[in-house]
Amino acid sequence: MIDPVTLAVIQAGLQQVCDEMDMTFSRAAFSPVIAEADDRSDGIYSATDGSLIAQGSKGLPVFVGVMQFSTRTILERIAAGVTAPPEEGDIYIVNDPYLGGTHLMDVRFAMPVWRGGRIFCWLSNTGHWPDTGGAVPGGFSASAISAEQEGLRIPPVKLFKKGVLDPEIYQIICSNIRVSEQRIGDVKAQASALLVGAERLGALLDRYGDATVIEAIAEMRRLAARQMRAMIGLIPERVYRATAIVDSDGVVNEPLTIALAVTKAGGGLSFDFSGSSRPCMGPMNSVRATTLSSVYLAIRHIFPDVPISAGAFEPLEVVGIEGTFLDAHYPRPVSGCAAEVSQRIAEVVFAALVQAVPGHVTAAPAGTSGNFGLGGNDPEKGRDYVMYQISGGGYGGFAGGDGIANGCSTIGISKAPPVEIMEQNFPVIYRRYALHEGSGGAGEHRGGFGLDYEIELLRGEARASFVMDHGRVGPQGALGGKDGAVNRVEVIRDGVVMVPEHLSKAQDIALKPGDRVRVRTPGGGGYGDPAKRDPALVAEDVRLGRYTAEEAARLWPGLREG
Amino acid sequence: MTGLVAGVDVGGTFTDLVVFDPASGAVRLAKVPTTLPNQSGGVLAAFEAAGANLSGIDLIVHGTTTTTNAVLERQLAKTGFVTTLGFRDVLELGRRTRPQAYGMHGAFTPIIPRDLRLEVPERMDARGRVVTPLDEGALRAAVQRLREAGCEAIVIHLLHAYANPAHELRAGEIAAENWPNDYITLGHKLLSESREYERGVTAAVNASVQPLLERYVARLADQLAARGYARDLLVMNGNGGMVAAKDVAKEAVKTVMSGPASGVMAAVATGRRAGITNLLTYDMGGTSTDVAMIRGGVAPVSNEIEVEYAMPIHVPMVDVRTVGAGGGSIARIDAGGMLRVGPESAGSDPGPVCYGRGGTRVTISDANLILGRLPASRFGQAAEAAYAAMREQIAVPLVLSVEAAAEAVIRIANTHMAGAIRMVSISMGADPRDFALFAFGGAGPLHAVALAKELNVPKVLIPARPGITNALGCVVADLRHDFVRTLNRPLDSVDMAEVHGVLAAQEAEGRRLIGLEKIALTSIRAEYSADMQFVGQTHLLRVTLPSALPDREDLQSRFEAAYHARFRVDLPTIRANLVNLNVSVIGERPALDLSRLIDPEGRKEGAEPSATRRVWFDGWRDTPVYWRDHLPLRIGLQGPAVIEQMDTTVVVDPGARVTSDADGNLIIEVNK
Repeated sequence: MIDPVTLAVIQAGLQQVCDEMDMTFSRAAFSPVIAEADDRSDGIYSATDGSLIAQGSKGLPVFVGVMQFSTRTILERIAAGVTAPPEEGDIYIVNDPYLGGTHLMDVRFAMPVWRGGRIFCWLSNTGHWPDTGGAVPGGFSASAISAEQEGLRIPPVKLFKKGVLDPEIYQIICSNIRVSEQRIGDVKAQASALLVGAERLGALLDRYGDATVIEAIAEMRRLAARQMRAMIGLIPERVYRATAIVDSDGVVNEPLTIALAVTKAGGGLSFDFSGSSRPCMGPMNSVRATTLSSVYLAIRHIFPDVPISAGAFEPLEVVGIEGTFLDAHYPRPVSGCAAEVSQRIAEVVFAALVQAVPGHVTAAPAGTSGNFGLGGNDPEKGRDYVMYQISGGGYGGFAGGDGIANGCSTIGISKAPPVEIMEQNFPVIYRRYALHEGSGGAGEHRGGFGLDYEIELLRGEARASFVMDHGRVGPQGALGGKDGAVNRVEVIRDGVVMVPEHLSKAQDIALKPGDRVRVRTPGGGGYGDPAKRDPALVAEDVRLGRYTAEEAARLWPGLREG
Repeated sequence: MTGLVAGVDVGGTFTDLVVFDPASGAVRLAKVPTTLPNQSGGVLAAFEAAGANLSGIDLIVHGTTTTTNAVLERQLAKTGFVTTLGFRDVLELGRRTRPQAYGMHGAFTPIIPRDLRLEVPERMDARGRVVTPLDEGALRAAVQRLREAGCEAIVIHLLHAYANPAHELRAGEIAAENWPNDYITLGHKLLSESREYERGVTAAVNASVQPLLERYVARLADQLAARGYARDLLVMNGNGGMVAAKDVAKEAVKTVMSGPASGVMAAVATGRRAGITNLLTYDMGGTSTDVAMIRGGVAPVSNEIEVEYAMPIHVPMVDVRTVGAGGGSIARIDAGGMLRVGPESAGSDPGPVCYGRGGTRVTISDANLILGRLPASRFGQAAEAAYAAMREQIAVPLVLSVEAAAEAVIRIANTHMAGAIRMVSISMGADPRDFALFAFGGAGPLHAVALAKELNVPKVLIPARPGITNALGCVVADLRHDFVRTLNRPLDSVDMAEVHGVLAAQEAEGRRLIGLEKIALTSIRAEYSADMQFVGQTHLLRVTLPSALPDREDLQSRFEAAYHARFRVDLPTIRANLVNLNVSVIGERPALDLSRLIDPEGRKEGAEPSATRRVWFDGWRDTPVYWRDHLPLRIGLQGPAVIEQMDTTVVVDPGARVTSDADGNLIIEVNK
């Protein structure tokens, strides 16, 4: 049996291999989505079943565990003779959502690590490409009704053969995507990250021996499962229920429901989603791999100490998704799964488990990526552009304090671009970039504040699209706390205010110079009974203009100042 | 120069002083407790303890953590903030982040509270064209309000001021008419780059610490003068250079990271004399470890340091990375049964179990003690408590002997620290075999040899006085001024004459500023670099330039070479962007003789161990213990060995070989 010291050292070593892959990928990438927003992830996967061995700690959270599904698919297809078997130096590419993926823009590379002519394990990474074709630039169509409208779908094929980029496949890809000239930089960065990983992993194997590392990997998996079970041990045996609402699918203006019942049994947790809405017409469907990853990432937010590995997921069972919009199949459109539906899934997990382990979970965070896309032609620069404004929102209150303002999406870790950089690149001017006053949900610990921004188009005509959420109901309060404020979108054309029919989702709204778009993102949910809040804190928030006196009196009735 | 030169550094626990007599080479040292909140008490006490007569001193260079502590503890001067209409919350909204990747908890306190952040109508666009003229009446009213609110300092931070500072400059003039002091910070003056949050925080931190630093430094200068010191006091900056005390507060933000910078400067100076110019610095203290990579005798400088969560300070500073592992890092068994070390720390209070100050959780220092690497005699009764804690908390659950448990803790800690060093060096394209590990701080030399092995670094350099390295860094530092000019244009559309003009103007300004100081210098030189990227990228890579007259293709090819070295990627079809031009002008001071940091009188003829004790290296080994100050200058020792001195303990693993150079540095060759 492997000694505990070597085990811990090898675990740290494998983690460093992944972290270094993450860093190489981000620093070398061209696309700001990867380079600045870190919308990428790298990991090590089992050669036998693709299960997750280790994953970079700075990877985008929505990718927790997700590449084990795509890696497994590649292995199964190779075994079935559908996909050509690997040779040394080969790297596969795949972005098919229905083959263990997310949305089309998340392009995965997978490469075997060879030892003595045999495959020791796989390295895989995902990068969010800025475009993969389809009806709208960037791929976030709010109204697609089939996969083909969303972009180019690539099954697992070898993009690099024996270390050399296949120019033919590459040309096919480039002919089907926008702004393809710079993609070569991202492709090389994504491959380079895997090569760096293989080199570092090789050094680790040389040092400790392949057999010892295999033993360590098995033991790591066992210990991670044990650690997750120990955390689950904190949860009283009961059924915990919660629901969350997606505003609409973007096409049919009706809410979608995620219903969850969490049951603790046999030392594990079962997440039953039966009763959730049926697959939808518009792009707010999720695929199985993304749904599972969303549950995993929510659990990791609750128990961040447990390492990300297949072992940690063993005690977690997800059932009842068949026939719901959380397990959509081809050709259902899925572009909203990674950015929005995933966050509603995380929210429903938080809402269920805050009842069980209130010290570990917050009230609901804003939980939307706040994607506002603007496309048009800038006459001053004489070129077309596609602008994305992503934004944060308030976090939920928690046992230890109030939620923070303008936090990153639940599934992301990226920074939003500065206003000055946006104005350098696009023909817009921001009239406001401020706290969404009054938006934090009331509670003993209030929710954090959302963002309130207003953008004016300066030149040329443009079309605005929105893929956001929480327009119907705000992020849920917990344990007596109130919901945070809803997301609000207003389009101001010729001085007339228009609210999109679907509130948080809309496609191709025509704008001309002088027109404005105002977005107020959700505040976080409140935590605990508002009556228990320290009146001095309420007074301080009023003094700082975060709530008006009237708002405070309404949200915290009965509390007197001072 | 005939008089003495002194470096005095205030750290978290101790204030260290080193005084050189350039004429005789004699050195005096002192280490006294740091006094808080006013650090000058400790500084004066250090001079007293060293028996240094202040009237005979020609130059005092001071490293202070006054501003660092003020920022981290938010004990700041009351400061007002005036900004563009619609943007007062930028300081509170940040860049939409959270404190950690996983876990939705956390708190963030903006550097200036919301009621002291006011807005005025005005607007520039991204090209610096006026969209809305500055409303001077509104500005006057805002300044008056902040004054009435009792603000001592004021920040004016307007959107796109980097592109056109006209409004900010005018606003500064108006503010000056009604502000009782000079504490007026204009955002673009410190950092003329886009990114309103980073520029705003940099300006806000500057203003908020300015009065504190100025008061502190002025009082210290007065106190030194009252005791006979007749010259200018100089203060260390985070860029590794020093600046006159009377000027330091103008750009107070630059001192926020000065402590770690001085350690790196000491490493540069020590390495240069030792003929080792590629160094990985490794400063391990009680709660954290600082690491940096020195290449070719040049300290690394970055414009993108974050001093804590969401607190970016974007002025050129020595690029030191901090890892949350130190002697006080706690070892534990997690719920899965895996041994973990850190990131939780017992800090210095209560500290490790062996300190006997109430710490109950076993730490890295306790492991070092149990393995005989630290002398048990120094810890008395608490040594037994450390042993018991290791048994209970680690050894029993893992079914290991207490020694094996302690060894495991050290190995895991080393793995983490090696990982951190790797991320700043090998991951950046450096080959570890070209480097020596420069170990200092109280705990660095305990781990250095094992770490070097882990990293494939062939050599360890332990300076003569590892515990006063920062003070030494103050005294060897040069005068230094850094300039950054943002062009942010495709290389092919850049006017090369403009590039040459910018570099020349920056160099001239630096030479002018240095010329104003009354400090003996041997030379003034300039270093040039460019921050570049491929067109379409967002990250930058710094490219060193050999002269102020680069040509276009030279820039492209140097960038491509640097990119290849870093990522092993060639992109021959893509051209580069020229983002920033940087010049550092450095006034070099006369080199100091470091050979007497260890008093030659105290050295003995032969290397005789002062004792032998059991030290654990894969099993107990009877290990000779040497007192460093008694070692002869020329030695050739074979590990295992322990070398002790006042401020640290050096552990030499079996098989490693120790020699010493003319300055008394220990050079440890690590066997493979």
